[in-house]
Amino acid sequence: MPEFEWQFTLVLLTNGVMIGLMYALIALGFVLIYKATDAINFAQGEFVMFAGFIAAGAAEVAGFPFWVSALLAIGGMVALGFGLERVVLRPLIGRPVIAVVMATIGLAAVLRGTATMAFGAGTRVIVMPVSDEPFQLGPIMLPPVQLVGAGVSLVFLAAFTWFFLKSRTGIAMRAVADSQQVSMAVGINVRRYFALAWAMAGVVSALGGVVWGAMLSVDNQLALVGLKVFPVVILGGLDSVIGAVVGGLVVGVVENLAAGYLDPYVGGGTKDFAPYVLMILVLMIRPEGIFGRRRIERV
Amino acid sequence: MFHRESGVFKTSYAADMALYPLPIARWAVAVFAGLFIVIAPLALGEYYISILNLVLIAVVGALGLNILVGYTGQISIGHGAFMSVGAYTAANLVTHLGAPFWITIPAGGIMAALIGAVVGIPSLRIKGIYLAIATLAAQLIIEWTINHVTWISGGVQASIQVPRPSLFGTQLKSQTQLYLFLMAFVVLAIVGTSNLIRSRIGRAFIAVRDQDIAAEIIGINIFRYKLWAFAISSFYAGVTGVLYTYYLGIANYEQFQITVSIDYLAMVIIGGLGSILGSILGAIFVTLLPILTRWFLEDYGWLLFAQQDLQNAIPNLRLILFGGLIIFFLVVEPEGLNRLWRNIRNYFRVWPFSY
Repeated sequence: MPEFEWQFTLVLLTNGVMIGLMYALIALGFVLIYKATDAINFAQGEFVMFAGFIAAGAAEVAGFPFWVSALLAIGGMVALGFGLERVVLRPLIGRPVIAVVMATIGLAAVLRGTATMAFGAGTRVIVMPVSDEPFQLGPIMLPPVQLVGAGVSLVFLAAFTWFFLKSRTGIAMRAVADSQQVSMAVGINVRRYFALAWAMAGVVSALGGVVWGAMLSVDNQLALVGLKVFPVVILGGLDSVIGAVVGGLVVGVVENLAAGYLDPYVGGGTKDFAPYVLMILVLMIRPEGIFGRRRIERV
Repeated sequence: MFHRESGVFKTSYAADMALYPLPIARWAVAVFAGLFIVIAPLALGEYYISILNLVLIAVVGALGLNILVGYTGQISIGHGAFMSVGAYTAANLVTHLGAPFWITIPAGGIMAALIGAVVGIPSLRIKGIYLAIATLAAQLIIEWTINHVTWISGGVQASIQVPRPSLFGTQLKSQTQLYLFLMAFVVLAIVGTSNLIRSRIGRAFIAVRDQDIAAEIIGINIFRYKLWAFAISSFYAGVTGVLYTYYLGIANYEQFQITVSIDYLAMVIIGGLGSILGSILGAIFVTLLPILTRWFLEDYGWLLFAQQDLQNAIPNLRLILFGGLIIFFLVVEPEGLNRLWRNIRNYFRVWPFSY
């Protein structure tokens, strides 16, 4: 056992927190859809990848500045969200879980194929208008890209928390998630909120795509961040915005600590493995997650 | 099978429960058996037989997954991993003990069944989306374990060479020999599944699928039956893994990644949930889809793409077609190919007097 080095641990922890906040941003897209429409989006990673491709493509091919291409990505993803809800998800309302799961898996395949066809298989980069010089904080080096990413995540997580707690639209969305029939009875246009939820998820995915794309660069592999969404949302609770934050932070920290301390013993790869072990534990002990609502089932 | 029921009367329970209650159905089965067992291997070349072999392997796996998803209503996105468990069990038995196929195939199946049952344990408490994610986790964890534990994966690149099985002292070298070998397992799987579904266990599975709380109230031990479903389904997956390993001649975890799990889910959904014929049709459809897409594009792709783009476009178009078809079937025909076939059959049954 190597001697305990607090500096090393501290670096791992801060890295974990930064990455965790960025996971939370992607998980937020998943939570939004689940909260409002009860649908599970297995294509969240592909949403992020697609948004990244739009932003990178706009910047590289058309030469737009960063802000314009980010806005283009947001606009594109909102349109995509609306369209997919109308064509794919709406006909599946009220159908068994597996139907929705498989439909989004199919969607993931379509998005991956389309993105590679449209933007090519090569790697593209998103350049944020920030310096490359890492930000020094004691022994910790923070790349500005990560800082910006974490900041964007924080702002939007706060905004969505407020949105669901206080705004009229947010409350209506929660009502729709709770019971579609009762919402209709009190005069909520359920379909409109379904479409809105997918559009909002599109916005969040676009932000995630830009932030992650700037950090990892954009290619097919970017969709793999979607695999981290599941541990995050299971841990935090599928229908909780705060849960997405907490889950993201825990997963970020755990995977960094695991990578730092276990990788030398098992030969790498713990980063992708540890969050899932954690998730299995949560599923065994408290399946609804930390902040999730337990559902009571009736015959 | 365009049969007419009129004039067929059953006088005993045994006749009523028979797998093929009508004489014409038995004839149809005999014709199909003759076509696929005798005529196909004689008429087709090695290449086409090798494609048929892939279909046969997929049929076994799809039947198994349909027991779990279609009949018991549980979700598994981990079947690719269960196949790899079977594959590596067999590969290790062959390399270390030189075990023949009649040991490796059941052993691979049983090992996968054990692992599958363990993965199925959470199904008592969690269902739907949670179970889907739990099995996804199982897929990734099993993949990682096989890749990282050298006494399972045999070290370099996690792949183990496996020679073809021997039958009556001769090694099955040609694709045609392998075809007949695989066909035996396909027949076993089809008969086994249809009998399982008609048995007490199968009925319990269906009750659990339709409403598990109600099933528990009428006295079905749902935990036991969910575990059985996972175990049986994983057994099929394990056998599929072993067969595929024999087909490839190598056990490699890259052949059993999450895309494989998704392929098999697509088979049971496109074919039809809760239907044996559906599993078979789905397996045929999903296995042939990429091959036919490639043939089509290699011959006619120049109409759509420039020559240099074509090689890049093929895998992407395949992905788009694959995902699009899953969505299409879910939205337009949720009961899958099996339902389409029934519609056609029912139309012709009363044809031409459809009133």
